[in-house]
Formats: sequence, C-alpha cells, structure tokens
Amino acid sequence: MSAEFDITQTLDVQGESCPMPVVKTKGAIDDLDAGAVLEVVATDSGSMSDIEGWASGTDGVELLTQEESDGLYTHYVRKTE
Amino acid sequence: MNDVSTDTPTAPDDDLPSRAELAARVADLEESLAEATTDDDGKRMSIIATKGTLDMAYPPLILASTAAAFGYEVTVFHTFWGLDILHEERSKNLKLSSVGNPNMPMPNLLGALPGMDRMTTAMMEKRISDNETATVEELIETSLDMGVEFQACQMTIELMGYDEEEFHDGVRTGVGAATAIQDMADADIQLLV
Repeated sequence: MSAEFDITQTLDVQGESCPMPVVKTKGAIDDLDAGAVLEVVATDSGSMSDIEGWASGTDGVELLTQEESDGLYTHYVRKTE
Repeated sequence: MNDVSTDTPTAPDDDLPSRAELAARVADLEESLAEATTDDDGKRMSIIATKGTLDMAYPPLILASTAAAFGYEVTVFHTFWGLDILHEERSKNLKLSSVGNPNMPMPNLLGALPGMDRMTTAMMEKRISDNETATVEELIETSLDMGVEFQACQMTIELMGYDEEEFHDGVRTGVGAATAIQDMADADIQLLV
C-alpha cells in the first residue's frame, strides 16, 4: 500500500469496537521487534482518533499513517524501541 | 596552584555557607531530582468502581484496559455493587435498570413493572452482541492479561455475604480503603465510577 515502509505483520480487528482495537494493537506491538511495522485493519471509525491518541501517548511507537476507504480504517504503527 | 581570585579566604561567616556545604546541597538536590525523574517513568491510574449495573460495569473496564495499553500501571478498587463486576457468577448476570434512567426507551412508570429490568437487560445484551462490543468477561480477562490489578474491597465482601473464592482468578482480596488511598496518592489519574 505504501512504498515507504514494509509491513511486518497485519492485525485484523474488523468488527471489534472500543477498546479492543487499541488494546489488541498494544498486544501485537509488544510481540514485535524494534523497527517492525504493524498494519491494523479496523471497521471501528473511532479507531482513527483512538490509535492516534494511543500512539502519541505511548513511548516506543510511532504512527506512520492512517487510511480510510470503504468502511475500513487502516493504521500503520512502527515500533521504534 | 594558580589562584587568580582576589578574594581572600576568610573564616566561616555566620550568613554564608561554605563551599563544602554548597556542594553537599547541590549533591542532595541532584539526587532528589534523579529520584523524581525516575518516578515519572511509571504512569499510574487508580479507579474506584462502585456500581454493578451492566452499563456501569463498562466504563471502569474499558478505561482500565485502555490505560494499560498506554503503559499505565492500573489498579481498580471494587466496592459495594462494583464487587459484582468481579464476582464470577454475578458478573455474568449484570442487570440494566429500566427505572431511573430517562434515556431508556420506555416511561419510568412502565419500567417499574415486574420483568422490565429483564427486558431492558436483554435488549442491551442484544445490542452488545450485535455491535460485537466486548463482553464484561472479555474485558476482565483482557485487563488481567495486561496486568491490571483488580481489587475486591474486603469490608464490602463481608457486608454482601460473598466468599473470597467466588471472585475471578487473579482478583486481589483482603484490601481496604487505605490501599485505595495509597493507590490514588501514587496515581497520575484517579477516577470514581
């Protein structure tokens, strides 16, 4: 989807609602190595604001970009440390 | 040693601290600054959960698990009806009150009729299931996995006639208000739900 980074792993949280997209993103990030990029695919529109807020309030992660199309909200989070 | 200072060393003055005293003070300050900075690493949240209806079980559980995802060390102190959220049997049968909430889709007068709480609870449970909202049980399990500490107030366990064995695995019993106060004092965020 983007040429700027390689996706290490994809987390599918379609159908799940608050707080699960954030909670599961945190769990998946914990299992990755530094530098890895997690793709999170959600259907919860609140995940746009929530994942952004979580990433900015959490050490060691960086939100690369977020995309919205056809009711899918996709987030790319890099584990920085 | 090359001393370019024109000051003449004098006997200790009453008002002026000696260089050694100042150095000691600086060392003390640096030490307490280091301690204060280290303490900031651990963000903490303390929630007091006092309600046991289906709707009021959600806010503390959602906030606890989300804060844990932010890296907070979270404690949730459950007291009075809030104990039911942690009670293995009762947490599966939390009810929604059809009276006292003007937002309910029925007049309060009708809500007071027998069986209405069961009906509104079933409606809410259907919505939770239709929306794939996490259940209370899932949120408790998730929170425990993330290291949230659930505490069951000992005084209200006894007041309600519950047994310590009846709570979810991992729930801490044998705690009282002083534990809650200590947690709140140490916390960056304190909430009463």
